[in-house]
Amino acid sequence: MVNLSDLFARNGSACRPWPRVSVNEAEWSALCAELAAGRLTLSALFGDSATVHMALLDEATGRLALASLPCPAGAFPSVARHHPPAARLERTIRDLFGLTPVGAPDDRPWLDHARWGVRAPLGAASPDAGAGAAYTVLPVEGEGVHQIPVGPVHAGIIEPGHFRFSAYGETVVRLEERLGYVHKGTEGLMAGRTPEEAARIAGRHSGDATVAYALAFCRAVEAARGVAIPERAHALRGLMAELERLANHLGDIGAICNDAAFALMLAHCGVLRERVLRASARAFGHRLMMDRVVPGGVAQDITAEAITGVKAMVAEVRRAFPALVRLYDETASLQDRTVGTGFTKPEYVRQFGAGGFVGRASGRPFDARRALPYPPYDRLPFEVPVRTDGDVNARVWVRIREVEESLGLIIRLLDTLPKGDILVPVPAGGGEGVALVESFRGDVFAFVALAADGRVRRAHLRDPSWFQWPLLETAIEGNIVADFPLCNKSFNCSYSGVDL
Amino acid sequence: MRKLLLQGLLKAPLTEKGPDDAAVEALARELDAAARARLGRSLSIREVDAGSCNGCELEIHALGNAFYDLDRFGIRFVASPRHADVLLVTGPVAKNMAEALKRTYDATPSPKWVVAAGDCAINGGLFAGSYAVTDGAAAVIPVDLKIPGCPPTPVDLLTGLLALLRAGKA
Repeated sequence: MVNLSDLFARNGSACRPWPRVSVNEAEWSALCAELAAGRLTLSALFGDSATVHMALLDEATGRLALASLPCPAGAFPSVARHHPPAARLERTIRDLFGLTPVGAPDDRPWLDHARWGVRAPLGAASPDAGAGAAYTVLPVEGEGVHQIPVGPVHAGIIEPGHFRFSAYGETVVRLEERLGYVHKGTEGLMAGRTPEEAARIAGRHSGDATVAYALAFCRAVEAARGVAIPERAHALRGLMAELERLANHLGDIGAICNDAAFALMLAHCGVLRERVLRASARAFGHRLMMDRVVPGGVAQDITAEAITGVKAMVAEVRRAFPALVRLYDETASLQDRTVGTGFTKPEYVRQFGAGGFVGRASGRPFDARRALPYPPYDRLPFEVPVRTDGDVNARVWVRIREVEESLGLIIRLLDTLPKGDILVPVPAGGGEGVALVESFRGDVFAFVALAADGRVRRAHLRDPSWFQWPLLETAIEGNIVADFPLCNKSFNCSYSGVDL
Repeated sequence: MRKLLLQGLLKAPLTEKGPDDAAVEALARELDAAARARLGRSLSIREVDAGSCNGCELEIHALGNAFYDLDRFGIRFVASPRHADVLLVTGPVAKNMAEALKRTYDATPSPKWVVAAGDCAINGGLFAGSYAVTDGAAAVIPVDLKIPGCPPTPVDLLTGLLALLRAGKA
């Protein structure tokens, strides 16, 4: 048997701040058993040149470690065979690196729709006709069961994906997701770039969480190079991350209510969201704050005038938000749609290690800002709201409480803003670094390996949605087709983030 | 709720004048004339995300909020390409989305315009050169107008859409 302490006990890892150790097949399989038994949480699973890496989280102690299995024969023992959350990650490894998970329960491709003109583009690449390939959706049998195909082009302004509903009358008996439509080859593009160039690509894994992604990537680079950034940069990064969380939660709360045919909330929340984006633009020169978190610190300092602007925005949200919360809570027609809809089982959330509002609405209190604290959160007081009812309503309430927490954090960060530099140089050189940061939607994992010349050899960023999308399939079961938009919006999973 | 609704009636509207530049004001007036001449009373847009990071979509959504209030120009987003005059395309066009984009274009009745919104849709942006993208919408369908930015701001988008109408009239 192998556990996390054994991995920590091994010396010689070049990876910081958490170790990465090589394991053999027997140890790999033993770790899979630990995952299956629920003693460890799968944080990431990704390919490399003739290697697979697995990031394992011990939630009880707040420790993380990476296990790496060399696969010279191009195969590795399937993790998904024992632990279902690994399934799509494994299919991705095979599509991108050509490494085969032996014994995998599902051997269909995931990101590879046979359109790229190349197979295993990041591994032993080989040409492919590139004409597209048929995809077998899982069969559903039974009298009166019909299928509804939806997407990839949807009716609204939304990212593309395909949803196959199997319904009995109005009741959904199975939902199957097929994603990969927005695969852009992001990881391939990051390899060979300087950390500064790669940080810009990292920030575009998922545009709504650009600050969190850039932060995860930059923290991993700084860990790899052993660089300590200035206190003021930490505080400004935290400020940006909370502004991002605030804007997204306000947008989501409005959009969820809108999908329950309650447009008034969307109108009011849309105004508040716009106020946040404008304050962010004044403070950091970009409404979404893209490319503002850079290796070594932040790209732009905040002026006294912009601080006043952010504080005025916070005051306005504090003035306007309570009435909206009351409106949400006291409108029977709205509650009728959100309460009890899209229930997500706490045991699934635990098994999948689902983070963000999806996890916290179903009783999993994990928040990377609290569980594996990093600056500036290690010195800030804040609550992590948790509910156990697990429905659309609970996911709305987690967001409402987090809006209130973020407002407090923003003011606190501004009032205690350290003086000094905002950027230090990151000396070129090799190394490996890992980071886990909390985006508005859950924890983003980052692994960066730098070559000796300082360029990125391999970078992997794992979106929280990897462990939330599969739960959406379970949440819709037994609900009516018409409630899918509501369930989907309350999850608000990223497409681009998982399509890579 | 009554209080909120009442506030909406009594307080000054948040809607701004639109792009505040005088030239764009002129464009806005022209939009009205052009739109009525060619398209009846309105312009209908079908948005297609062909591989964006979702940043462009966030700003396109913002066009509908009380500050920009796209509807007042007679411009609206529709759910089907069959109701659309304009395809608004974002993303470097992932190869996995190329066929869906082409089919959406084919399903849009003529006359139609294509707007490439954002750097990615114009030339692939930061994703240019990847094995998985086509380096912009023009590789898949003809593009009539480009609105640069990463992402373009709502004002950029609004200005571009107004400019499209002027070009459409010529």
